[in-house]
Amino acid sequence: MASDTRISIAILGLGGQGGGVLADWIVQLGEAAGFVTQGTSVPGVAQRTGSTVYYIEWMRAGDRRPVLALMPVPGDVDIVIASELMEAGRAMLRGFVSDRTTLIASTHRVYAIAEKSAPGDGRASDERILAAARERSARFIGFDMDAAAIAAGSVISSTLFGALAASEALPVPRSAFEDAIRAGGKAVEASLRAFAAGHDAARSAPAALPDARPVLVPPVPTTVAGRRIADRIVAHLPAPAHPFALEGARRLMDYQDDGYARLYLDRLEALAALDPDGLLTAEAARHLALWMAYEDTIRVAGLKVRESRTARVRAEVRAQPGQILGLVEYMHPRFEEICETLPAGIGARLLAGERWRRLLAPRFEKGRHVETSGIRWFTAMRLLSAMRRFRRGTLKYRVEQARIEDWLARITTAARSDPALALELVRCQRLIKGYGDTHVRGWDKFTRLMAAAENMAGRSDAGARLAMLREAALADESGSALDAELARLAA
Amino acid sequence: MAERSFAAEVEQLRIGAGETFHGEGILAVTKALLQSGVAYVGGYQGSPISHLMDVFADANDLMAELGVHFEASASEATAAAMLAASVNYPLRGAVAWKSVVGTNVASDALSNVASGGVTGGALVILGEDYGEGSSIMQERTHAFAMKSQMWLLDPRPDLGLMVDMVEQGFRLSEASATPVMLELRVRACHMTGSFVARDNRRPPMTVGEAAANPVRDTDRIVLPPANFLHEHEKIEQRWPAAIDYVRDAKLNERFGPDEDDIGIIVQGGLFNTLNRALELIGLSNAWGDTALPVHVLNCVYPLVPDEIAAFCAGKHAVLIVEEGQPEFIEHELNTLVRRADLQTAIVGKAVLPRAGEYTGQVLREGLAKFLREWAPDRAPVETPLAAPAVTPAMVPQRPAGFCTGCPERPIFSAMKLVQRELGEFHVSADIGCHLFSILPPFHIGNTTMGYGLGSAGASAFKPAGKRAIAMMGDGGFWHNGLTSGIGNAVFNKDDTLTIIVDNGYSAATGGQDIPSSKAFNKARVTNNPIERAVRGVGVGWARTMTRTYDVGGMRDAIRDAVTSPEKGPKVLIAQSECQLNRQRRVKPAMAKAIKAGNRVVRERFGVDPDTCTGDHACIRLSGCPSLTIRDNPDPLRQDPVAHVDNSCVGCGVCGEVSHAAVLCPSFYKAQLVFNPTRWDRMRAAMRDWWIGLLQRHETRSRLARGF
Repeated sequence: MASDTRISIAILGLGGQGGGVLADWIVQLGEAAGFVTQGTSVPGVAQRTGSTVYYIEWMRAGDRRPVLALMPVPGDVDIVIASELMEAGRAMLRGFVSDRTTLIASTHRVYAIAEKSAPGDGRASDERILAAARERSARFIGFDMDAAAIAAGSVISSTLFGALAASEALPVPRSAFEDAIRAGGKAVEASLRAFAAGHDAARSAPAALPDARPVLVPPVPTTVAGRRIADRIVAHLPAPAHPFALEGARRLMDYQDDGYARLYLDRLEALAALDPDGLLTAEAARHLALWMAYEDTIRVAGLKVRESRTARVRAEVRAQPGQILGLVEYMHPRFEEICETLPAGIGARLLAGERWRRLLAPRFEKGRHVETSGIRWFTAMRLLSAMRRFRRGTLKYRVEQARIEDWLARITTAARSDPALALELVRCQRLIKGYGDTHVRGWDKFTRLMAAAENMAGRSDAGARLAMLREAALADESGSALDAELARLAA
Repeated sequence: MAERSFAAEVEQLRIGAGETFHGEGILAVTKALLQSGVAYVGGYQGSPISHLMDVFADANDLMAELGVHFEASASEATAAAMLAASVNYPLRGAVAWKSVVGTNVASDALSNVASGGVTGGALVILGEDYGEGSSIMQERTHAFAMKSQMWLLDPRPDLGLMVDMVEQGFRLSEASATPVMLELRVRACHMTGSFVARDNRRPPMTVGEAAANPVRDTDRIVLPPANFLHEHEKIEQRWPAAIDYVRDAKLNERFGPDEDDIGIIVQGGLFNTLNRALELIGLSNAWGDTALPVHVLNCVYPLVPDEIAAFCAGKHAVLIVEEGQPEFIEHELNTLVRRADLQTAIVGKAVLPRAGEYTGQVLREGLAKFLREWAPDRAPVETPLAAPAVTPAMVPQRPAGFCTGCPERPIFSAMKLVQRELGEFHVSADIGCHLFSILPPFHIGNTTMGYGLGSAGASAFKPAGKRAIAMMGDGGFWHNGLTSGIGNAVFNKDDTLTIIVDNGYSAATGGQDIPSSKAFNKARVTNNPIERAVRGVGVGWARTMTRTYDVGGMRDAIRDAVTSPEKGPKVLIAQSECQLNRQRRVKPAMAKAIKAGNRVVRERFGVDPDTCTGDHACIRLSGCPSLTIRDNPDPLRQDPVAHVDNSCVGCGVCGEVSHAAVLCPSFYKAQLVFNPTRWDRMRAAMRDWWIGLLQRHETRSRLARGF
């Protein structure tokens, strides 16, 4: 430590998180405890949702005025407070966390725009940051302080302050912290509650990992048809495929009926016959179920009218029990989607005929505000969802089944000679998602990948190459990364 | 209404002699001005000096009591021109702005006032936006001081000293008949601390008294032959007078021992960082007891030749710690030691980086290099820092972006949609929050040339098939865009589209009122519509969209403007209130209404995770902080789903975007009714009965055919 009478504190946060309030509290806390304190910050553009650093120094008051620094120096910070996990990562990146640093960080994530906007999964790895935090700091206090703050009806600055008090990295008692909150004078009660929550959690919680993704719990059949299907899965599919296949079958019975689930199993069993270790079948069980449960207007209506959906929305928007809740859906079925829901013959004719399109398409150019909390729209949506029994006759059904069969044929061919390629072909289903134009773009990328796979067939590294192409296809919306990757592979 | 209210802090401005003042650097400077008997104050907001303007605005009553005139200037040029009041009268005046951009704007008036000189003390307070967190080009204000012959103070970051420097600045200005600049770095502006106050002083003469008794001296006006006279006066009288004052008043400080064969000269503003760096290599302590002689330049221009010569005499080498480039002080020091016939080596950019902020780490490394070369016995043993456990690739960048519910977001969502139809446009961006359009997820904007210069930046693009689009903020519009952009475009028969973002405030600088603000402001005249102003300068195609959140409407309006057969500049005014300011107003009001038992409907948005397929097209068209992602609850799917968190303010853009771009049916708007009326309850009961009936039936039949 450069000076044993000085304490340096850096707060890394995002604009709008209340870092300024926390910094003010710490400055006041120091002043009240007889320290000379100085705090600085960089307001301005950084505060508009960017990252920002507040820096505070405390120095035992004496006869002379100390010279205090205005920004943290790598290796010379006693306490680092990060209001989000990646900000803790940034603190380490900048060298503020050393073997003398108490690192207090909330482990929740506020995703950066690049992470959020990736067409696939662009999220940074939490595990690496957490491992570094444990390894590099003298002491790491980390838990989801945002959730703790919300539960206490306050904001994260209060829980961070509580965790700071619990760390005992500052030589002042808990009551002094609470006095600083009271002196602030704003939302005192809620802040004190969140402070206490942060304090207690920091005392009890070991530095915990954020919740890992829930593992798939295979559904248990509840009907005769369901049991029959489950028995068939266990009897005829390799064990690695069971969890996905059970969930897939459940979903398709929900989506359509048990006949549709049997079609799913027919398709899977055909693949299983070519797949000695069951890996391909397991992956196919996942992706085939997703594709077969494609999103059409009937499906969307069905999901929107469910009892469970109402309950989920009420919880999500924190409606009080009994509170009146209006719900408006933003729907935009285009002429294409309408035609696809019609009987195949009619739908195809309408889509093909320019005259019909000119006549009818303008009626579907505007999005609709569908008030599903109202009787009229709810009833309409319920009727639409009941069209399920006619689904097999729709144009969309015919189109999707043909596409699925084509995809399965490619997989089957590959599975005979190049299992790695077959596996990657299965995974390409991930590209087909979204609605409207997004779906069209995804489908376009998918077909380009299928064509590329056909060209690569016979190469020893075809599977690996296809995997690379798929990553590129998910890297951006426009497909420019895919173009570049295709060009690179062609060269 | 500014983003931050200083109403409570302003009370501290009243404290008298002997009391201790606690607060931010900017607030301390305000108090110092009142203690100095300032007669008038003006300026233009901008980080890091915005709060100075906000404090003045909140202290209007106190200033009126003291007879001090305050105005929020239309631009930095008008603020600088205000210093004209000190030319003929013994009035102390201060103006403030963000530098270097504001100094650029002000430089016409500054050159004039510096040429003719002043009678009363004239102080320009500059928030130097350099280094971390800066949003502007990295240039030095020092160049302006040199070329106009104005003196530049750069005080050591210590509240007491900064306050003294304000008073000293006025005296220096009066002693040398020259305007003085006081430079405050970003973190010094926002540094908290304390100092012992003095009484506020009424100005000996007020601006009103001056106006009542006009004085005229044509020798002070920049017109031949006086302008030639001024040049001589500057060199022969004002410069020497300034040097004498800086020396005699001991504005510069000495730290450390008197004798040594090496030493350091440092810009005052960097002293604390330098001291920390010295401390880290064992050559100082927490009180600034440096083991090397340090000469602190609280006045960086002009330098005092004898002071420099005395400091350098007997030293092999002197390190000059001077941030930014070019290294004006280093050049000057070399000249001075040459003229003094000293053999001292001046070492600056040879060991310190030529560009970039001088952080503690940077200075530590530079010092070590300097010592290794000139005093190896005192050089630190180099122990390399442990390699960071985290690499840049592991930590995502966080570019600034639009706030939750920002009314500017839908403008760019709409532009993205128009570009999908018509291809990319050349977009001339402007200064202000809307500049974030350049960053992800919008990627819109090709250049930015300065505040209010969006339209002017597009003026060279005469359309051949496709029109260029210019952006302009309402702040920039009133700052100069009305004339330099719109008027100029009419005059030169431009055929471009200018989109003016009218959000009711100078929002990027902290929500100050401007002429088109909707708010009532007792001290200003607001509610002057932008559309009337642009029609007044001759624009034919002008349209005001009063709800930018209507993405489809915005898209259609932009499409109309870029495809309209009409020639001449088109102006689209996109009007919706800055959400930061709106929420500050609306949130407490809503909470109060709910508490009072009034019927209130709170809206927010949500995403159904089972219809969301995780392609994030909505996020690429929005980028709202409240529209985020979370783990996909569907065990079969891998990609995270979109999710609206509870910070949603219900602006509706995500729903409108998904409509306008035909995205997906996953968005819903939830309307939470507080304190429902009897009719609300009746209707809800009816709906619940019917919907519940259908839902229970649906559940039964689904489970029956299910797994």
